Amino acid sequence: MSETALRAAQTRFVADLEETPLATTDQVDESTPPGGLWLEAWRTLRRRPLFIISSVIILFLIVLALFPGLFATQDPTHCELQNSLLGSTSGHPFGFDVQGCDIYSRVVYGARASVSVGVLSTAITVLVGGVIGALAGFYGGWLDAVLARLTDIFFSVPLLLGAITCMQAFPDKTVWVVALVLAVFGWPQVARIMRGSVLSVRNAEYVTAATALGASRAKNLLRHVLPNAIAPVIVIATVSLGAFIGAEATLSFLGIGLNPATTVSWGGDINQAQNVLRSNPSVLLYPAAALSLTVLSFIMLGDAVREALDPKSRKR
Amino acid sequence: MSEIISSTRQEFVDPNSPLLEIIDLDVAFKSAQGRDVPAVRKANLVVYPGQTVAIVGESGSGKSTTAHAIIDLLPGTGRVTGGQILFEGRDLTKLPAKEFVGIRGDAIGLVPQDPMSNLNPVWKIGYQVAEALKANGRAKGAEAKRQAAQLLTEAGLGDAERRLKQYPHEFSGGMRQRTLIAIGLAARPKLLIADEPTSALDVTVQRQILDHLETLTTELGTAVLLITHDLGLAAERAEHLVVMYRGQVVESGPAREILRDPQHPYTRRLVASAPSLASRRADTAAARAEVVERAEQVADAAAQEGGTLAAEAASGPAAAAVTDDVLTIENLTKVYKIRGAGPRAAEFKAVDDVSFTVRRGTTTAVVGESGSGKSTLAQMVLRLQTPTAGRVLFDGVDVNGFDRKAQFAFRRRVQPIFQNPYGSLDPTYSIYRTIEEPLRLHRVGDKRSREATVREMLDRVSLPSSVMRRYPNELSGGQRQRVAIARALALRPEVVVCDEAVSALDVLVQAQILALLSELQAELGLTYLFITHDLAVVRQIADRVCVMQSGTLVEHADTETVFEHPQQEYTQALLNAIPGAGLVLSGDR
Amino acid sequence: MAWYVGRRVLQMIPVFFGATLLVYALVFLLPGDPIAALGGNRPLAPGVAAQLRHQYHLDESFFQQYLTYLKGILTLDFGTSYSGRPVTEVMAQAFPVTIRLALLALLFEGVFGIGAGLIAGLRRGGVFDATLLVASLVVIAVPIFVIGFVVQIVFGVKLGWINPTVGPEASWGQLVVPALVLGSISFAYVLRLTRDSVTENLSADWVRTATAKGLSRRRVVSTHVLRNSLIPVVTFLGADLGALMAGAIVTEGIFNIPGVGHALYQAIIRGEGPTVVSIVTVLVVIYILTSLFVDLLYAVLDPRIRYV
Repeated sequence: MSETALRAAQTRFVADLEETPLATTDQVDESTPPGGLWLEAWRTLRRRPLFIISSVIILFLIVLALFPGLFATQDPTHCELQNSLLGSTSGHPFGFDVQGCDIYSRVVYGARASVSVGVLSTAITVLVGGVIGALAGFYGGWLDAVLARLTDIFFSVPLLLGAITCMQAFPDKTVWVVALVLAVFGWPQVARIMRGSVLSVRNAEYVTAATALGASRAKNLLRHVLPNAIAPVIVIATVSLGAFIGAEATLSFLGIGLNPATTVSWGGDINQAQNVLRSNPSVLLYPAAALSLTVLSFIMLGDAVREALDPKSRKR
Repeated sequence: MSEIISSTRQEFVDPNSPLLEIIDLDVAFKSAQGRDVPAVRKANLVVYPGQTVAIVGESGSGKSTTAHAIIDLLPGTGRVTGGQILFEGRDLTKLPAKEFVGIRGDAIGLVPQDPMSNLNPVWKIGYQVAEALKANGRAKGAEAKRQAAQLLTEAGLGDAERRLKQYPHEFSGGMRQRTLIAIGLAARPKLLIADEPTSALDVTVQRQILDHLETLTTELGTAVLLITHDLGLAAERAEHLVVMYRGQVVESGPAREILRDPQHPYTRRLVASAPSLASRRADTAAARAEVVERAEQVADAAAQEGGTLAAEAASGPAAAAVTDDVLTIENLTKVYKIRGAGPRAAEFKAVDDVSFTVRRGTTTAVVGESGSGKSTLAQMVLRLQTPTAGRVLFDGVDVNGFDRKAQFAFRRRVQPIFQNPYGSLDPTYSIYRTIEEPLRLHRVGDKRSREATVREMLDRVSLPSSVMRRYPNELSGGQRQRVAIARALALRPEVVVCDEAVSALDVLVQAQILALLSELQAELGLTYLFITHDLAVVRQIADRVCVMQSGTLVEHADTETVFEHPQQEYTQALLNAIPGAGLVLSGDR
Repeated sequence: MAWYVGRRVLQMIPVFFGATLLVYALVFLLPGDPIAALGGNRPLAPGVAAQLRHQYHLDESFFQQYLTYLKGILTLDFGTSYSGRPVTEVMAQAFPVTIRLALLALLFEGVFGIGAGLIAGLRRGGVFDATLLVASLVVIAVPIFVIGFVVQIVFGVKLGWINPTVGPEASWGQLVVPALVLGSISFAYVLRLTRDSVTENLSADWVRTATAKGLSRRRVVSTHVLRNSLIPVVTFLGADLGALMAGAIVTEGIFNIPGVGHALYQAIIRGEGPTVVSIVTVLVVIYILTSLFVDLLYAVLDPRIRYV
């Protein structure tokens, strides 16, 4: 003790009270507007350029898919062979394809097929995969064992390979058929993510607290577990919407997708274009660009949503 | 100490010239908007060679930030914005990044906070210890291996040769912390920064490790800068204390002097609420008797109103009236089957033949270290887990005999409050919805009366009703715990099971919540079953204490008896391990 | 470890049976008569059709057919295609080509994906990082057949650097450019995965402890950050081998590579059920085996897994 006293600069120090005013312990901070996790995610999201750009494009695409007539006056199926591969002229900004159809209006009308297949497949996969994953993760035990194996079985057939294999069996290749086939091989991914997410939430203390309050298991799953486990599924759903559109185009490109005689689709037009690719690359360019931009917007949206919902970036 | 490899370089050390001197240090973090948010302001402190200095403060006080600034390991966007850090006269804030590599490990060692996350899971222990030797040019190859083993032995790990070949996940928390101490001291630094080195560990392990660290650093002549939230621990281990509050040093000086005569209002508050230093519970025996009486009235009133639980329980045995012993635990046992690395499931007795009773209107504390089975016990009382054997009687009725309806009624009368204020509230629920949920589940009242109840509950836990529209992520830990209490009390339960309900909170907040729980008990006639690892807290709140050790009940008596005349060696060890327990404050407050 | 391996192998068995059944059902149970389709527009004579049906067990119940087929797989006898050529022979020609292609693609995405991802992760928020992130999004978004065509036109036709189509021998050298196309999307995924993993590990507590030990930044990055970041990346790469082989159909079509995808496509167009089933089954089995391999690899790389 005496030795310490000798040492300079280590004597007793007390800060000025005025410089360090005492706050009431644990005061409620009312300076910020109230908002939950979702509201906060939305606040981060709407400031991100990635989100703004992609959602504007997607909104535009949806309008395009619903009302193509607003943007193109030409009938996309009205084709005259004499116009085959003609360049850009007045009223036909993108020129004509092999069959002599107006490329611009085919690009406009092609949005509907792509968006429909993407939305339908995603809806089915989220529904089927979400339910299976949630049940497996929440209830565990033998149900989990059975559902997990079932998921593994479907997961072991890659999406495109599976779709290619069974597309031929359907004589009438409508939007519904393509969406269904893609969904059959797409749901296991959603199921796996949902299962993992539910597993990480189901033992949370707030779930136990709700049980202790008297909530039944089903109520707990619906009211507490699902709302907290859904974020990764939303992200994967957005990204896979883009992926399904890409897969649909690939099937059409291979000539086993949507029936080109009845449905205008970008993939089908790209397939048509490949024969004249070397001489007229622009025939390929427009549908390919439209397709790429669409897929890109969904993937960008998924990326933005992922960052906004990332639990690691949430403040505790 | 068996064999010390080599102590600090024996150059001439002037014990009266500072080893580390921090002058007017400012540290700031960049916010998302690009503004500098100060984390440490004008901090000053001095460490002399071989001395132990402690920085004490609650979370967010800037104590860890100060420590990390010294060795240039500020996380994220943090940086030193002003002041000097003089180490042996050299200003570290001006040192280029490349030269810092020579300071870290070699001159200044670090023992980090969380033993679970500070060892790389993919490398063997031996590699990670030897790495510290190689990086600082202390040894190479086989020699490094030999010395690594020696370092582990020195840090108190037996069978070091075998330990070197293991991975971190094969170690317990205490073993990992010893490994981290071995790493921190590997290159014989002159200063060791110990950042909450034992906060994650059980008290008895904590004491062993701190004792060991003290012996080691004394022998090596290493100065220690100890960062801690625990005033008792700091006072016990350090000669000199630095108290930090909201980024500033509010008081510093010799440890005993500060404890005996705190000057700054914050320090005074801190000394007054430190559980380890505080004496027994404030209220008198007469006041306690009143609470018990009140509880009996409440129970009687409830029984007349809704009929007893026994009457509701169709399958229950013959109706028992309201009893004095609201909870009776009889030979309760829980056996888990653990699926390990092999095909055979091993059996693990989490709770082993435990019996005790809880009197209405009192607080019974169940104390034990991790793995003692105290939480499993709480879960069985709450009927969240089914016992392997034995019974839990609530008002004389076995809770495991309940059918659905009786269980639902039981849920209304027994409520839990959990440890983690960040985990026990659903982040997607607003505070209003959180507190309203139990009312809605049990179909109590209409929308308007429910809102009135929520407001009343918030008022009871001293939260403004404006928080109703907020979400858990906007509240602090203490506030969340208040919300959790409000939710638990919304249904007017008779018994509340507090599972480590205050363990995650800062001392001042902890003291507030404990006071609130006491108050509510007196007002509402509640019975508490208080599960905790912290004996210091027990003394402030409990009437009776159950001490558990690896699943069995080793001691059960009045709080006074347990603290004054512990019958068991284990209880004695727990009491001794309370940091600061040995401190005698002359000239009592 | 042995227990872990054993359990994984046991779990694989029902998946194997389930997946083969699924593939078989997809091809033979769905509407459409393969025999009728064989004749094209001309209906086959009833006698010929019946004989063919018998030859391919199509007159038996579905499960009998499946069992016969399963026996074939297990004895590596894949039967003959409708055109009379042994399916094994078709596959023996096609598989080596696709394996070469997939390995090249894997090498490309591994080396460049990890390298670029590491740099982006270490310089998070910088220009390099931002550029790579946007570029990787574009690569992921643009369908592979578009990338393929662009590469073919630009490098094959306009610049004349490569032969736009690959000949029947499909040597390693000829496959380099198609492999870049095939691996491009996975390259973008590897890049992003490595980057995220590196960023996450950089802020890990043990990395700070390693720095506090006195290790140089280079040592910290190589032994602690990179080593840990590689665990998810390597497992992704392992699983990708199977995915690349199954997904080669488009690339092989564009560059006219005589690989598995090509053979499969031809068989589908011609409606050759037995050939389709055999090829898809082999691809699925490869996929299952690679994911088993990945799980085991994971256990080797991450010591914590071995004891789960």
